[in-house]
Amino acid sequence: MRRGFLLAPLWLWLLLFVAAPVAVLAVMALATPSDGVPPFTLGLRFAAFAMLVEDGYYVEALFSALRLAATTAGLCLLIAYPMALGMAGVRPRWRLPLLAMLMLPFWSGFLLRIGAWIGLLRDEGLINRLLRGFGITEAPLPLLYTEGAMLVGMVHAYLPFAVLPLFTALVRLDPALLEAAADLGARPARVFFSVTLPLTLPAAAAGFLLVFIPAAGEFVIPELLGPPEAQVIGRVLWQEFFQSRDWPLAAALGLALLALLILPMRWFQKLEAEQ
Amino acid sequence: MLIARGITKRFGAVQALAGLDLAIEAGEFFALLGGSGSGKSTLLRVLAGFEAPDAGVLTLDGQDLLAMPPWARPINMMFQSYALLPHMNVAENIAYGLKRAGVATEERRRRIAEALELVGLPGMESRKPQQLSGGQKQRVALARSLVMRPRLLLLDEPMAALDAGLRERTGLELRALQRKTGAAFVMVTHDQQEALALADRIAVLESGRVAQIGPPQEVYARPATRFVARFLGAANVLEGRMCGDVFEGAEAGVAIASGLPGETIAIALRAEHIRLISADQPHCVRGVVEDAAFRGDDWLLIIRLPGGARLRVAHGDVPPAPGDTVALAWEAASVVPLFA
Amino acid sequence: MKPGGFVRAAMWAGFLFLWLPILLLVGFAFSADRIPFQWGGFSLRWFGALAANEKLLAAAWLSLRIAAASACLAVLLGGGIGFVLARFGPFRGRAMFGALAGAPLVLPEVVIGLCLLLLFVAMEGLIGWPSGRGAFTILLAHAGFGAAYVAVLVQARLAEAERSLEEAAMDLGATPLVAFRSITLPLMAPALMAGWLLAFTLSLDDVVIASFVSGPAGTTLPIALFSMLRLGLTPEVNALAALVVLGVGAMLGVALWLLGRRRA
Repeated sequence: MRRGFLLAPLWLWLLLFVAAPVAVLAVMALATPSDGVPPFTLGLRFAAFAMLVEDGYYVEALFSALRLAATTAGLCLLIAYPMALGMAGVRPRWRLPLLAMLMLPFWSGFLLRIGAWIGLLRDEGLINRLLRGFGITEAPLPLLYTEGAMLVGMVHAYLPFAVLPLFTALVRLDPALLEAAADLGARPARVFFSVTLPLTLPAAAAGFLLVFIPAAGEFVIPELLGPPEAQVIGRVLWQEFFQSRDWPLAAALGLALLALLILPMRWFQKLEAEQ
Repeated sequence: MLIARGITKRFGAVQALAGLDLAIEAGEFFALLGGSGSGKSTLLRVLAGFEAPDAGVLTLDGQDLLAMPPWARPINMMFQSYALLPHMNVAENIAYGLKRAGVATEERRRRIAEALELVGLPGMESRKPQQLSGGQKQRVALARSLVMRPRLLLLDEPMAALDAGLRERTGLELRALQRKTGAAFVMVTHDQQEALALADRIAVLESGRVAQIGPPQEVYARPATRFVARFLGAANVLEGRMCGDVFEGAEAGVAIASGLPGETIAIALRAEHIRLISADQPHCVRGVVEDAAFRGDDWLLIIRLPGGARLRVAHGDVPPAPGDTVALAWEAASVVPLFA
Repeated sequence: MKPGGFVRAAMWAGFLFLWLPILLLVGFAFSADRIPFQWGGFSLRWFGALAANEKLLAAAWLSLRIAAASACLAVLLGGGIGFVLARFGPFRGRAMFGALAGAPLVLPEVVIGLCLLLLFVAMEGLIGWPSGRGAFTILLAHAGFGAAYVAVLVQARLAEAERSLEEAAMDLGATPLVAFRSITLPLMAPALMAGWLLAFTLSLDDVVIASFVSGPAGTTLPIALFSMLRLGLTPEVNALAALVVLGVGAMLGVALWLLGRRRA
């Protein structure tokens, strides 16, 4: 059939560049590191997985990544809710400009925004100079390379992803429902908690996952803003690959991260399908 | 002209069309009437060529239609949503099919103007679909199909997207257009008033088959099955059985009529054919008035019979009070025997 | 119902949080001081320094070329995938097809980067192509990533437009190919354009995947920027940010103006 002419190349692409790489990852996790180029010999050993389970360092890296992702997603949601409410509440003609204002930071370069936080949080950065200028502190506060700096950077980077689904759901919400609740005697706060919140809960869950899933594998922000001891999985994988040149271990870490993210991913796809 | 025989179509577990037979004459206004799930929309899509039936024969003037893809069939369709192409203006929409047919530019322009004149929208060539009202969209869709001069035009719920106030007038205009162009119109609808008012013949569809086919007056007056009698509305359907040549209503608790064919399993009796009479006159049945509702021209009474069945009765005068016992009578000729 | 004062205030606080670091970064690009975020009088010297930084300029030029090429490939692939998902109905392996098409959207970047590098190494070992890693492997990786986003946009756009438009075209005599060219493609066009821009930006912004699949010859702008930021911030970064933000802002302004004019 004629459809085959379109389907065949697309299948080929998807199998070669999406399915095959994951299979190769599994093969690599069973190989042995060596000194050659490339630095491995194929085999069927579970040494990398054994190290993953036995060495508390890797387990801790997985869990601290999940903690960081969950904290980031939670904070994003907390900030995103009032933002989305405000954006959905303006007159329709102002929605598009506000949406542009939300997305423009996203288009303005991920690394440049991290650069801005470095400039603000450094020992000689803007915040420390202001604090000293007003005589609030004597010595510079250590702000950069802390858990706090890392979290601020994460929230700043991922916030728009949490706002978007909430905004869409709030705009779609039938205003008659809110008016009906008010008509039946609910005050604005009551209306929010008994109507708005329950009806936008799936969107809130989608926003949470939209932040959580990529944040769990984040490497750049912990590396540039976080403390050296913030050894999240993305950073550990990077180091094992680029510095220790232990490709099988890096592959095993990648598989472990995928395994941990499968449930959130399935949940997210279910939420998407329901909408 | 169009002959369909044994058309069968199944979607997974759903039997949409179950061996449907149908013949449509050239130049007639034909209505396919049925509820949701009756198969009427599937039949229309089979005629247009968007669904291939699992079995059956479909010919137009002896030509095998099933061998032809949708774009090659001398049949055009007006979609329920009108399906006006949003990135083209009115003229480009109407020109679309003419271009595919290779009609020259001059000829095209003339026929577009003609078609717009025909549907009463002259000079609207450069409007975009988004700038049109619902009624105007419908006319443009109609013009787009008619400009192809089809032998057969399919209309999928042509009035469903219009305001109630527009429907009656649009329906009459539709029939006038059909007479003027001489094309056969096949209209799918779930609205029996629309079908009765406009069509030369109607076919009532039930679970993928034709339950009854004929002129509207005939189908209305002599429904053939319980389904048709109920679907066309207003008729009371009483279940029962024949004892000798007398029909005994199962829930009515009395004999309803005599002289009906032996295979009768139910009867239909229109509300407007039942009269209230005084109890001392010869009557057919007695019942208790349960409810009365004013309908403008008359009253609708709900009367409960001794066996528990309820009859709808149209009554012209001030009605008796609820709870009163009344006597009912009807002509023997108004009782329609049903065999299925 | 109108949002209350608290909601309004919280919304603007959120926007301030998003925007203040960026505005400060851009503002201090015009400071003469060699310490970033320190005002030393108005000057354009750091734009001059940026223009003289040949390494960074070469990286930027490479990034732009990779981004443009990978966005084109992404539109081709993603357009096809989105069309198939929106219009082909059920076909054998559809669930698998959809899952593979959407996978790059949910997989962590480090995993995508590692997977693709291992694939390229394996392919080179087996069939000798692509030989070595550099701009071309980054292009392929970014195209795959961008195609997933384009597919989502195209599928959403086509799902919005009813299927009966193409049926109406065929009913009026158009073969499927003509119906695709005259109906489906114009309907897809806005999604394809938006998808191209998105794929272009994602490619221009990516450091993780590019780091994995690039060889020594593939230093893109984000890779160069990342190694600069590891050592701290220099005013050249401020100047670069100013150029990017003003450029993107101007493009967005034009887009909004065009949208507003079309509506009016």
